[in-house]
This record gives sequence, structure tokens and C-alpha cells, in this order.
Amino acid sequence: MLLKKRKRTEPEIPGSSLADIAFLLLIFFLVTTTINVDTGIGLTLPPIPDESIEPPPIKERNLLKILVSAQGLVLLDDQPSSITEVKEKVKTFIKNPDSDPNLSESPDKAIVSIKTDRRTPYNVYINMLDEVIGAYNELRDEASMASYGVPFKSLDETSEEYERIAKDLYPKKISIAEPDEG
Amino acid sequence: MAHFQKKSAKTKQDVPTSAMPDVVFMLLIFFMVTTVLREVELKVQVNYSEAENIEKIEQKRLVSYVYIGPERIGPGRAGETKVQIDDAIVDDIQAIRTIMYDKLLEQPRLIVSLRIDKDSDFGLITDVTQELRHAGTLRINYSTKREI
Repeated sequence: MLLKKRKRTEPEIPGSSLADIAFLLLIFFLVTTTINVDTGIGLTLPPIPDESIEPPPIKERNLLKILVSAQGLVLLDDQPSSITEVKEKVKTFIKNPDSDPNLSESPDKAIVSIKTDRRTPYNVYINMLDEVIGAYNELRDEASMASYGVPFKSLDETSEEYERIAKDLYPKKISIAEPDEG
Repeated sequence: MAHFQKKSAKTKQDVPTSAMPDVVFMLLIFFMVTTVLREVELKVQVNYSEAENIEKIEQKRLVSYVYIGPERIGPGRAGETKVQIDDAIVDDIQAIRTIMYDKLLEQPRLIVSLRIDKDSDFGLITDVTQELRHAGTLRINYSTKREI
């Protein structure tokens, strides 16, 4: 039997330029990267009302009217207030801990209605919306902590517990009022 | 005069570079994964406003963007507030209805992300949201940065 002679030199790929190539690609991606802001305040717009159907009656006490004026002033039920107070006031309105006859009957009936002017600064509107959403988030967190001992965010969105808090206890009823003409 | 002999270390002083390609590749892969190449060329200028209680849009496939802000004319100059959808500026506000309706037919669970410059007036935004309501695209999202 003849044994094949084996060459003992091992084939090698030159690897010294690998770092250079990788650096080049790295720099390309560094330059082209834009870290995206895909975060924001989610809302559902009301559908266009049907002319033939009367809107359902809403008791005055269940409605919190927020008006953001052209000058960027915030009025809660015609009472001027500062942006920082909005969250607490919305919370007391929704929860109504002292059963005030002027505030909402129960949290699930509360409706926050937001009205704006054509010259309202967008920034103020977003800040105000932020506070209202914040009020709801805090209330939901409280309810979740009291019932299940975990923050609301850690609940699974398909779970029964999530549904109970988000739909039955504190539904986010934020209504965007029809804008004034002119 | 006595000569002082400089003491020199006998050990090598090279920094080991054999792991450098690995480190660089790791960074490279990180940036490749996080990169989103700009899909549209912005014709309007958008400075996002900031908010605390924000949510992330998880499903990017569902999102369609509407940009509202002052038009870019030249370097450092801004014109009137305009609306941009996809690659073009929409001058006729009424046209938004049909554009968005077509998009809704393609993607029934459409989310409209409104990327609005923070110094905009609300009048134009109201018009746009009214058009969106007519089109039936009711899920919207006001794009904001996280407030720090």
C-alpha cells in the first residue's frame, strides 16, 4: 500500500485586514443610523357622528370639560388651572373619593372631554394630554397594586386582570370635542 | 561620572490586538440591527415635543406617518407649515382623506403616527385629524420624545 504524502503546511486566510473591513462597515452604519422615535401618545379618534342618530345623553356630572385656549391656558370645567394641577384634578374627578355630587358617579362613567382652539399651541395640548393619560395610568396602577400586588404595566395584555382594570374599572374615555368653526 | 543605564522592561509592551476584530464586529452587528435606513426624505422640519406617559408602537408594519411642520426651503430657513405624507407635501388638505382611505384598505389595522413640530398651531392639526376621521383611520399616535 502506498500512503499519500500529505503536505504539512496549513492553509490560512489572511486575517489582518479583517479589522479594517469591519471598521469601514461600522463607520458606515454609525453614520447612517438614526435612532428612531417611535414613541408617542396613543389615542382613538371618535368616528364621524351619524346625523340621524341622537348622541346618547350624558349626565353633566360625569363630564369633565378641558379647554385649552388660544393663549395656551387650561380651563377645567371653566376653572383656570395650571398644567401641573391637571393630573391631580383629573384623578379626583375620576375617582371621586368623597362622593362629591359634582364629580363623576363612578370611575367607569367618567368622560374627559378635550376642546381646543384653532390657535392653541400644540406643545401645551400635548402636555395637557400627557397629564390626563398620566392620571389614568396612576389610577390603573393603584388598582392593580391593590388587587394583584403588581404594577399595571407588568400585567399581560390578554389576561383577565388587565381586562378588568382597563375595561371595567378605569376605561380611558377621552373624547375629542368637535372643533369650533372659524 | 557614572553612567546610569536606563532600565528597560524585558516584557513585551504590545497591546494584544487579536480580539479587536471581534469587538468591532460586535459593535457592527449592534448598529446593523438597530439601524433603520431613512425611508423618506423629510421635506418639513419636525422638532418633537416631549411627554412622560408615552407608549411604544410595537408593530411597525401597521404604522403610517404624517409629518406636519414648517417647510424646509434652504439651509436654516423654514417656510410655512405644511403636511407631508410619504414623500410628498400635500397641499390640498382634502386629499388626505383619499390617501389615508387607500392606506386603510391595504392595512385595516392602520395606526397613523402624527409627527408634529412642537411650535405648530392647532388649526391645521384639527383639519388633518378631521380628515382622518372622515377616512376612518381612527387609531392615531402623537409622536413625542421621552421627557427626561
